[in-house]
Amino acid sequence: MDVAINGPKIVFTLPFFGGINVTESITHSWIVLLVVTGVCYWLTKDLSVQNPSKKQIVAEKLVLMARDLLDSNMGKQWRGYLPYIGTILAFSFLSSVMSVAGLRSPTADFSVTLAMALVTFVLIEYNFFKSKGFLGFFTRLTEPVIVMTPMNIISEVATPLSLALRHFGNIASGAVITALVYGALASLSRVILGWIPNTFIANIPVFQVGLPAVLSIYFDLFSSAIQAYIFCMLTMANIAGTAD
Amino acid sequence: MEKALVLAASAIGIGLAMIAGLGPGIGEGYAVGQACSAIGRQPEAQGKIQSTMILGCAIAETTGIYSLVVSLILLFANPLVKLL
Repeated sequence: MDVAINGPKIVFTLPFFGGINVTESITHSWIVLLVVTGVCYWLTKDLSVQNPSKKQIVAEKLVLMARDLLDSNMGKQWRGYLPYIGTILAFSFLSSVMSVAGLRSPTADFSVTLAMALVTFVLIEYNFFKSKGFLGFFTRLTEPVIVMTPMNIISEVATPLSLALRHFGNIASGAVITALVYGALASLSRVILGWIPNTFIANIPVFQVGLPAVLSIYFDLFSSAIQAYIFCMLTMANIAGTAD
Repeated sequence: MEKALVLAASAIGIGLAMIAGLGPGIGEGYAVGQACSAIGRQPEAQGKIQSTMILGCAIAETTGIYSLVVSLILLFANPLVKLL
């Protein structure tokens, strides 16, 4: 078995502007959007104050968890950002965890994480603009002395880039390492079972059962959850940091 | 011949780039050691220490991830070969 590590496959091409490629990353993020929308619609369908159903309690718990996270990191005056934080938490976690089902994660594509980071970047700049005013928006780049301006601009650009690269690198490295381990285990089982004359039995990759599951728990579940959490934490810290 | 030279140099470059894995390893090890002694001193604060440590470790990992991204680019989408 040869190990194939590729970028996202092109599903179809839109015939505008000389052909826009719609890749697996885009179609798989549509699946994530459908799942998130469907779950939210289902959880909030029949809300009632008098006799809350079981799914309403689950929905309330989820909202309260996200709100506590936001309150402890940003403060109560930033509660307007709760929908945004909740959305990137759900989108990032679900799209990373998708690789459990054997689908390619959208977040293993740099374009997707860069898009998420750019939305955060726009929010950060908007909040700087709001808290410092038109003049202060530009003069903050010359602080503490005017010589520091290039450094400040670089660190300003580095914020979304490092957010995007961190998320992409973690998920993509998980996908690459899983593919390599699968390839290695297939060769191992072929070497050990190679003496069997029946080619069908000799080609069954016995060692691919079991061990990849342990890797999957780390790379798919743990790493996805941690990266989604960190993306949200850094977004919250950066947005709340614009006020002071 | 030129392509072979570029590929060989890229392979050496990938190996050199991954030396950056040293830094996060040392840093995370130090962080985990400090967290262990903190838990030893205050076992009741274990949950908070643990979550802070995992967050810090994941952020400290960033430089290692950067080198991994550089080596992945050199491995699978080598821009230097296209220059020939």
